[in-house]
Amino acid sequence: MKGNNVLIEGKNLTKVFGFGGNKTTAVDNVSFAFHEGEIISIVGESGSGKTTLAKLIMGLLKESAGTIEYMGKPRRLKRHSDRRKYWKHIQAIFQDPFSSFNQFYRVEKLLLDCIKLQGEKLTKEEQLRRMKEACSFVNLKYEELHNKYPFELSGGQMQRLMIARIFILHPKLLIADEPTSMVDACSRSTILDMLLKLREENNMTIIFITHDVGLAYYVSDTLYIMEQGKVVEKGPAEEVILNPKHPYTRQLISDVPKIHSEWDLA
Amino acid sequence: MNSSFRILIKSPKFMFGACTLLAMIGLVLIYPLFNRSDPLEMIALAYQPPDAKLLLGSDNFGRDLFLELIYGIRTSLQVGLIAGVFATAIGLVIGLTSGYIGGMIDNLLTAVTNIFIVIPSFVILILISVSIDSRSSFVTAVIIGVTSWPWTARAVRAQTSSLRNRDHVNIAKISGYSTPRIIVSEILPYIASYVVMAFVLQTASGILSEASISMLGLGPYNTISLGIIMNWALVFEAPVAGAWWAFIPAAISIAMITFSLYMMNTGMDEIFNPKIRS
Repeated sequence: MKGNNVLIEGKNLTKVFGFGGNKTTAVDNVSFAFHEGEIISIVGESGSGKTTLAKLIMGLLKESAGTIEYMGKPRRLKRHSDRRKYWKHIQAIFQDPFSSFNQFYRVEKLLLDCIKLQGEKLTKEEQLRRMKEACSFVNLKYEELHNKYPFELSGGQMQRLMIARIFILHPKLLIADEPTSMVDACSRSTILDMLLKLREENNMTIIFITHDVGLAYYVSDTLYIMEQGKVVEKGPAEEVILNPKHPYTRQLISDVPKIHSEWDLA
Repeated sequence: MNSSFRILIKSPKFMFGACTLLAMIGLVLIYPLFNRSDPLEMIALAYQPPDAKLLLGSDNFGRDLFLELIYGIRTSLQVGLIAGVFATAIGLVIGLTSGYIGGMIDNLLTAVTNIFIVIPSFVILILISVSIDSRSSFVTAVIIGVTSWPWTARAVRAQTSSLRNRDHVNIAKISGYSTPRIIVSEILPYIASYVVMAFVLQTASGILSEASISMLGLGPYNTISLGIIMNWALVFEAPVAGAWWAFIPAAISIAMITFSLYMMNTGMDEIFNPKIRS
C-alpha cells in the first residue's frame, strides 16, 4: 500500500510554549517524512508531545522553528483561504467524541459543513445522497439521526459520525488522535476497520496518535516513538517492536498487559 | 435553547422575579396613559400626607409623589438597562478577545481589566459625573456602564479560554470556519446563559449606582429618577418634617426592582449551572 511519494515532510520541527522563565519545549527538533498511503503511528506516554506534533501537522498550532512541506512545497497558512485549501486535504479525528460536537447544532450540520468545505456546487438531492452514503459507510442510518442533537447519541455513534465526516471529505492525510481510547472495545475494532477500509479506498495516509503499542503494531507500517518531545526511535513497525533499540521503546513494549502471562504490578 | 427556556418558566424563583418586574413595567407604562398630568406640576401644599386624591401625598414643592414615583421608576429602569447593555457589551468584547486570542493580547487585556477592578468604580463615577456639564439620564447610564464592565470581562475571558481548546472548536477550524464565525457559533452559545445572567446583574447594579449618585446630587438633570426623589427628600429635610412618604416608597421601589432582578438571576443560575441544579 505504501507509495514512494512523500506526502508531507517535517524538518527540525520545534514547538515551545510559554516565554521567559517558564518555557516548555513540547516538540523538540522532530523530523519526519510520511508517504502516500502509509499508516504511521506516533507512540508515546502522556505529555510526550505527540498531540502537539499532531496539531502542528494539522496547522492548528504554529511551529516555533522548522518547516513543514506538503507535496514537496512549503505549506502556506497565512490567509484563511490557504488554510481552507490545506484542510481540504488534511483532516483529523479527535480523542473525545463528546467534546468534538457542538451541542447546540443538529448532527446534519456537521456533515453539511464538510460538503461546503469541498466547495462543489451540489443540488439538495446530491447533498442528501452523499450524506446518506457516508452514514451507511459507518453503519448508521441517516434517516434516524440527521435531526438529532449530539447528546442523544452514544460515544461510539459520535465517533463513527466523525469517520463519516472523513468519508465525505476524503482527505489525503488523516490524523487520528487516539480515536479509540474513549469508546468501548467492541466499537473500537469496528472503528479501526473503518479507518483501514478508508485507506484502501482513497490511498489515504493515516497518522495514528496513540499510547497503545499493541494497537500501533497491529495497524501501522511505520512507528515513531516519542519521549519528552523527541523522536527516540523510528522505523518499520516490525523492526521497532521485535527489535527495539532504545530503552524507552523496550519499556513501552514490556508495559503492554498480556493476557497469557502473569502481570507484574509491583 | 428552547428546552432551557421551558425549564426556566418552571423555576419559581425566576418566575417570581420576572412577574414582579413585568408588573412594575406594566404599571409604569400604563399609568401615565390615564393620568396625563405633568409630574413636575405643583398641585398641593408641601408634604401633604397620603389621602384618597394623592395616593402617596405630596413632596416639598407640592407635587404628586405617586406620579413622580412612576416616572422615577421608568427612568431608573431605562438607566439600568442602558448601563447593563453597555457593561455587558464591553465586557463581552474584551473577554472574548482576550480569551480567544490568548498570548500577549490576553495578558494585556487582563492587566487592563484588573486595573479597572482595583480602582473603586464609584469614585470614577463621581469624578466623571462632576466633570461633565450636561448630564442626561442617557449620559449617566453610559458612565455607569463604562465603569462596571470588568467583572463580566473576567468571567467571559475565563470561559472562552477554556472553550477555545475544546475539540469542537478545532473541528470547526478544520471545517474551514472563519474566526468570527467560530466565535459566534462555537463559543457564544456556550456562554450565552452566563452572559444573560451577567446582564441581569449589571442592570440591577446599574439601578443601584444611579440611585446612589443621584442621592449625592450628581444624577441626571431635567428628569425624575428614584435616586433624585430621594435626593429631594434629603435636601428639603423630609425626614425632619416626618414626611416618610417622600422617600420610603422610592427606596422600596429600588429594593423591589433589584430584588426581582436578583431573583431572576438566582433562578437562572440554578438552571444553567448544573452543579447547583443537582
